[in-house]
Amino acid sequence: MLKTSPFHARTAPLVRAQTWRRWAGYQMASAYDPHPDREYAAVRNAAALLDVSPLYKYRLTGRDAVRLLDRMITRDMTRLAVGQVYYTPWCDGAGKVIDDGTVSRLAESTYRLTSADSSLRWLHMNAVGLDVGIEDVSERLGTLALQGPLARAILERLTSDVAKLKYFRLVETTLRGIPVTISRTGYTGDLGYEIWVEALQAEALWDALIEAGAGYGLTPAGVWALDIARIEAGLIMLDVDYFSSHHALIEARKSSPFEINLGWAVSAAKGPFNGRRALAAERARGAAWGFVGLEVDWPSFERLFVAHGLPPHLSNVAWRTSAPVYREGNQIGYATSGCWSPLLKQSLALAHLRAPHFAPGTPVELEITVEHRRERARATVRKLPFFDPERKKA
Amino acid sequence: MSARFDAIVVGGGHNGLVAAAYLARAGRKTLVLERRPLVGGAAVTEEIFPGFKFSVFSYVVSLLRPEIIRELELPRHGLQILPLESTITPLDNGDYLGSWADPDETRRELCRHSPRDADAAVIFGRLMHHMAMAVKPILGMVPPDPASLAPSDLAGLLKLGGHFRSLGAERFHALHKLMTMASADYLDEWFEFGPLKATKSASGIIGTFLGPRSPGSAYVLLHHYMGELDGAFRAWGFHKGGTGAISETIARAARASGAEIRTGTAVERVLVRGGRATGVALASGEEIAADLVVSGLDPRLTFTRLVDPKELPGDLVEGVRRYKFRGSSGKVNLALSGLPEFTCLPGPGPHLRGAISISPSIEYLERAYDDAKYGEFSRHPYMDVVIPSMIDPGMAPPGQHVMSIFVQYAPYQLNGGWSDAKREAFGDTVVKTLARYAPNIESLILHRQVLTPADIERITGLSEGNIFQGELVLQQLFFLRPVPRWARYRTPIHGYWQCGAGTHPGGGIMGASGRLAAQEILGGVR
Repeated sequence: MLKTSPFHARTAPLVRAQTWRRWAGYQMASAYDPHPDREYAAVRNAAALLDVSPLYKYRLTGRDAVRLLDRMITRDMTRLAVGQVYYTPWCDGAGKVIDDGTVSRLAESTYRLTSADSSLRWLHMNAVGLDVGIEDVSERLGTLALQGPLARAILERLTSDVAKLKYFRLVETTLRGIPVTISRTGYTGDLGYEIWVEALQAEALWDALIEAGAGYGLTPAGVWALDIARIEAGLIMLDVDYFSSHHALIEARKSSPFEINLGWAVSAAKGPFNGRRALAAERARGAAWGFVGLEVDWPSFERLFVAHGLPPHLSNVAWRTSAPVYREGNQIGYATSGCWSPLLKQSLALAHLRAPHFAPGTPVELEITVEHRRERARATVRKLPFFDPERKKA
Repeated sequence: MSARFDAIVVGGGHNGLVAAAYLARAGRKTLVLERRPLVGGAAVTEEIFPGFKFSVFSYVVSLLRPEIIRELELPRHGLQILPLESTITPLDNGDYLGSWADPDETRRELCRHSPRDADAAVIFGRLMHHMAMAVKPILGMVPPDPASLAPSDLAGLLKLGGHFRSLGAERFHALHKLMTMASADYLDEWFEFGPLKATKSASGIIGTFLGPRSPGSAYVLLHHYMGELDGAFRAWGFHKGGTGAISETIARAARASGAEIRTGTAVERVLVRGGRATGVALASGEEIAADLVVSGLDPRLTFTRLVDPKELPGDLVEGVRRYKFRGSSGKVNLALSGLPEFTCLPGPGPHLRGAISISPSIEYLERAYDDAKYGEFSRHPYMDVVIPSMIDPGMAPPGQHVMSIFVQYAPYQLNGGWSDAKREAFGDTVVKTLARYAPNIESLILHRQVLTPADIERITGLSEGNIFQGELVLQQLFFLRPVPRWARYRTPIHGYWQCGAGTHPGGGIMGASGRLAAQEILGGVR
């Protein structure tokens, strides 16, 4: 049996075309409308409400909670203040990424870790000898992402505590009497918040937000809309853009943080942590792969269709299949996901490219299939993110 | 005289701004002069009533050329076109006809009214797709003159000839019918359900002084399908912040390339010396010198106001005099305290995020035209209603709304002329007509702005209030727009150019006239 989220009673009646998908063993909406256009537009134009409850969530408490996390993640835990949130990868001993997620410091020695995949075993393996409580609160907490330029205006109708909430900070408060944690985080690259609530109060929270957002274009949105937004924001996805080193069947499927554009999150200064030595060596010699954006050249893309007498086909759903990338006839890498960006009016892709081909501006070719034929469209390497509005951090 | 410019664009409408952006990108020192305090021409957003923002005139982005979006990097400058997904037509029996974002839903909806039409719509859609594919390249083409032997004209004609030959006989015949027939007759060949035919034919009468039974009204049906070709590109929809925001986006792109834009600066006339444009004289008396002057104004203003017609050949002046404006549409903008409740679909719902078309039957539309034909505004007008605040909540205070009602017919040449009383009577008719389908509308109105063709002319300068700078009818299209021999953006005055919607392909927030004009200018003075 697939699980359902604590918000299921509210979301299920809205899924008009029964477009469900599996996400970490949960049954979640791909979209509420048959097509995600309007839901995506809400993310960039007004506000979208996304149920992201399938994220794994762990509550870590005790004197050594900070040591556990510092040993595990690649960022320096000693610099995480109370009320602050980190986005971070964590690695195995060889410096290959296991997963990525957020670490929130809820109180002096209380933390919350979120992950795409189950991390309980890894947490316990790293906690040996430490004074730390590890509690899996994945099912106890529901999580809603409220994302979009009007997200703050909507929350301000319910609380005065978000007015000054900075990017990657959190606050504990109540909304209509419901205790919640609100973090200024998200997976859309836009102004947005994630709201964490006890599962028993999930439906009441949903109702409060929907009511507060009524005059602000608040729109429930599914994973299809989220997928386009996260590609525009250049945010990677486990099992799509990279594989966990714990699950990869072959070495070639493993990636270091440097190889998935997370080198910035690897502390060069901090004390011992998983993968430290391998990562230091990799930093010194330079990564073998880069993870970058590709912007497909429209005239070249259009020509491939016009040759068949067709208008260019643009899907309103992101793709998640591997596509070879070439430079001067030789394959130099592969794209792992991509979409047509309704906002940027460009075909975008996220791609792994071999050194030295990942410098921004490098001309490459992306394989696409047009009318049953494999073709190559010209594309240009771009630095991520593709879209980075000021309001995200302002 | 003040600083000299390479090019001056008269009129900061969207085509003028597009032309200026291209000229500036090519390194020309470019100045745009706009009479009003804001850029946009007929594509402006104004806060007519405190807290309520209106796309005062033009209200949807239609067919904005993808190449302009790309070449001027408009997304980087703020382009944000939002989906306008559905259309409902309320019917007199209390039911409705809906057309939704999802083709399967639309087909099932049509089945409710006519299973035969539901099948026909798919085949019709395919034919229109092919017709639109055939016509679309013309939008990006400088019109060749079929009577000319100039190499550039001949090259263009050859290309065009090859293009039409490649269509094949069946599609060429269909295209010919589409170009010559009345939309009602054309649709009769395909469909049986009246409201469907009426709603489809409505796109053929917008902005023209034609009824659905007038020959030549069928071709504009294509515009809708041309929009669908760009479907995923979404060059069709509602711009965040209204149509003024798209003008501002283009203006930002122009400025980023070095163009200067002065608003509140009216041009009195174009300076001409020895058959050559040398600059402009402003209403303030100031003169500004330039190598080129590009008029974004309509043909009447371009050829008979900005320059002395005596400088021009008599046949051109006569052609401009005969060029048909005949503004036929009005606009009613409402500030609403809440959402209208349609009898056919009570309560809030997705239909309020799309267009609501008051077009219950062909006969209804034709009768609306009959009134106008004899110099009256329609007693029961065709209306295209949208609620922009449902799509962009920033257009009105939370929970309140703005409604845009495009109305046809409101003839510029009204019997006895337009007056304040006539304007309000027209506004009353519009509200009353809408109230037949949404009875609570009158109780929601906080503020009402009524715009007749006379008002459109007074505010924007568009002659006779024609929203397309002259009717989009066959005799005024392509190499005939605005007049034969002067359809390639040039004028008989050296260095004086046209770039408005009065040139090919014209009409709608397309930008193609501005782009093609700039390309001709840049090629022509190389």
